Amino acid sequence: MAGEGMKSALYRQSARRRGLAFAALLALAALPPLLQALGQDFYVSVAARMLIFALAATSLNFIVGFGGLVAFGHAAFFGAGAYAVAILAERGVTSAFVAWPAAAALAGGLALLIGAISLRTRGVYFIMITLAFAQMIYYLFISLKAWGGDDGLPLMARSTFGPFDLGNDATFYWVALACLAAALFLLDRIAHARFGRVLQGIRENESRMAALGYPVAAYQLACFVIGGTLAGLAGALIANHSLLASPNLLHWTQSGTLLVMVIVGGVGTLYGGFAGALTLLLLEELLTGVTVHWHAALGLLLLVVVFRAPRGVAAWLHGLFSRGGTK
Amino acid sequence: MNGEKSADLLEVAGVSRHFGGVHALSEVSLAVAEGEVHALIGPNGAGKTTLIHQLSGAQTPDAGTIRFAGEDVTRLPMHARVARGIARSWQVTNVFGRLTALDNVALAVQGRQRDWGGSFRFWAPVDKERAIVDEAAAWLAEVGLAGRESTVAGSLAHGEQRQLELALALATKPRLLLLDEPMAGMGPEESERVVELIEHLGRKVTLLLVEHDMDAVFRLADRISVLVGGRLICTDLPDAVRAHPEVRKAYLGDADA
Amino acid sequence: MTQLILEQALNGFQFGLMLFLLAAGLTLVFGIMDMINLAHGSLYMVGAYLAAAAAAASGSFVVGVLAAVAGTAVVGALLEVAVLRRLYQRDHLAQVLATFALILIANEAVRMLWGDQPMLLNAPAALAGPVEIGGFSYPAYRLLIIAVGVAVALALYVVVAKTRLGMWVRAGASNREMTEALGVNVKRLFTLVFAFGAGLCALAGALLGPLLAVQVGMGESILILAFVVIVIGGIGSIRGALVGSLLVGVVDTLGRALLPWLLRGFLPAETAANLGPALAAILIYLLMAAILFWKPAGLFPARG
Repeated sequence: MAGEGMKSALYRQSARRRGLAFAALLALAALPPLLQALGQDFYVSVAARMLIFALAATSLNFIVGFGGLVAFGHAAFFGAGAYAVAILAERGVTSAFVAWPAAAALAGGLALLIGAISLRTRGVYFIMITLAFAQMIYYLFISLKAWGGDDGLPLMARSTFGPFDLGNDATFYWVALACLAAALFLLDRIAHARFGRVLQGIRENESRMAALGYPVAAYQLACFVIGGTLAGLAGALIANHSLLASPNLLHWTQSGTLLVMVIVGGVGTLYGGFAGALTLLLLEELLTGVTVHWHAALGLLLLVVVFRAPRGVAAWLHGLFSRGGTK
Repeated sequence: MNGEKSADLLEVAGVSRHFGGVHALSEVSLAVAEGEVHALIGPNGAGKTTLIHQLSGAQTPDAGTIRFAGEDVTRLPMHARVARGIARSWQVTNVFGRLTALDNVALAVQGRQRDWGGSFRFWAPVDKERAIVDEAAAWLAEVGLAGRESTVAGSLAHGEQRQLELALALATKPRLLLLDEPMAGMGPEESERVVELIEHLGRKVTLLLVEHDMDAVFRLADRISVLVGGRLICTDLPDAVRAHPEVRKAYLGDADA
Repeated sequence: MTQLILEQALNGFQFGLMLFLLAAGLTLVFGIMDMINLAHGSLYMVGAYLAAAAAAASGSFVVGVLAAVAGTAVVGALLEVAVLRRLYQRDHLAQVLATFALILIANEAVRMLWGDQPMLLNAPAALAGPVEIGGFSYPAYRLLIIAVGVAVALALYVVVAKTRLGMWVRAGASNREMTEALGVNVKRLFTLVFAFGAGLCALAGALLGPLLAVQVGMGESILILAFVVIVIGGIGSIRGALVGSLLVGVVDTLGRALLPWLLRGFLPAETAANLGPALAAILIYLLMAAILFWKPAGLFPARG
């Protein structure tokens, strides 16, 4: 009876939802052979890119939605992960088992530094400072000629991954899917563990948490670092996907895009980042076919989201779904 | 009392705090002995809540020192003071409105855990930790909220939220509990229940109580300090305070009439 | 060497003044409404484009500048009434999303109207050459920018520090409720402040147009510099914005000019050539980090 109330409001994970998640995972895993059978091999790579952005957006959603921190510099961690893989590859380190953890660790370390300073501030300050620090990383990378400057740093080939050939788009897709699924599982565990409940308390009432003896900033910093680390992994994947560590990955508009994905998908929901990345990248595919000015169309759509579906597309769909379910 | 300096749990010496040009507290010195129920009274705007802020760590004084159990805590942040045993309640109810009553208290219980990493645990589901759940339920029962465990805090009645607030503070297992108007906005019946609760608590922890209800204050307090215009004008036994001419003039004069 | 340092210091001062024109409007918006507006840089871009278009049509730089200021102020007021006003009560996330959307829309609108190519905006011919001041020569047009910048900064200081309007604005920045209690129509005041800020943006865009490229995306890079300025100076503080602008302008410009040369003094030439530009590029961010480390609310916090 007492345990009944312990379930967190945002993360209500029933056995039914676990079943759904597993079914969705199977469906996603079946996508490459399906696309190949339809003769649409190209879209396997497009889908892999969506999964990678879903991972990046999910990592940001952990910071924004669960940590309650509006961070506007996530591109720094995403891009740093990409560059780490490219720089290591240039020096002959091509194993994914070395390079990817290194990329994640670098991004996590960066998040620790940036977070430690940024978390001394609150609100609008925090938004602007994370943005400014990410720009600093951007300028650092483009002004260092050794790292390719404006052109970015190309990769000769995708990382080696034990006996598997990541050069095969379907294999790469499955690895990206495995990374995303593992990250979602991990974040779900965290949200239900002691740490997750502390984050929930901080989001709800920061000063009260301090009055219960919690060093609030330390928990927020840990949350920031977890998000940054996962973004570094996503960066490692995206560099492998496009065979390039591009400065565009570090640019502030990338931070903006990731944040838009999170808001569109649903802040603070486990699948928000996934839903947002999917929605935005699908829109991009559709709109670029229609007009060269697709950015303007996207902008208008975002305004509609802000004023009509403030809790995100996932929540909106969930609303439709549950209304349909009760009838 | 002079010979018992060592028994003072809380020693406040010359604490001042101003906001812009307004002196909210001027050189306030005060000692609270271990085990006593110490009431802090004074007219509105006398600086009572400001003093509580300095003691709890919500604010840092401009001058003066605050010692707790012999240790200087003047510059410590709030969470570090809680870890040393200073807890507080708020004048305006301050709970986690969207969590259940039980989750509220569970957070407080969990905050006390210092075993391997405390709350830096990322894997095991917290709602399976019986020790936390059971203790939280016990605290709810202690403040009279048994049966309300799974009610969302925001939808509890006002008086119940005040009781929850007390449970939150108690679950940190404080040595000193700062209560800022625990009866604020309560009806007579609810007030009576809280007075009984405080009477009961006073036998377990040291209390510093800010309260407007003079009947409650004279019934509960071992000693009373009077704050007027940011200055402490006296600290004494209840009967002496009642008779103190300056107190009568500054404060009780209009309250007793 | 002295000539170089002096020239670069003046360039930095001049850039700082232009940054101030952007940061002044931005800091008031942040300060009064606690609202994050990413689209502020777009107004700067719109101003530069309007100036280029009007100057080309009329053949007069001055007409271009005036048209840009007036036109952008109107655009700003319309934007505030149509979109931004609805965001004040929303959380920062919604503000970020909506104003990010506005940037996308503004950039595409400019592309649709004026194309992808950068536009040309020439300084008036009379100011094209350098002037000699005591054996030191400096471009006349940059001197003009400094003069205009100083004049506007002074005027702004007088308005904010001495007039009733300014008092409301300052009061609004430190305590919104109190201002409303004084019977000030905060809604109208804010539309006014916003239009005013947009006009200042346009002035900066028009004046910098001949020095930097008038192109899509020009607003974003300077917007982030303006953020750095505001964070350094303290949100809501005009004085902080001025000090922060000049600090950022001078440190950035001098850093780019002198750091590679300084590093050569104690590092191998090749390392210095690599590291110099990189260090110069991040110098102001390091400055910001350092200031925040000591003063998390900026140099001149407006809120108590």
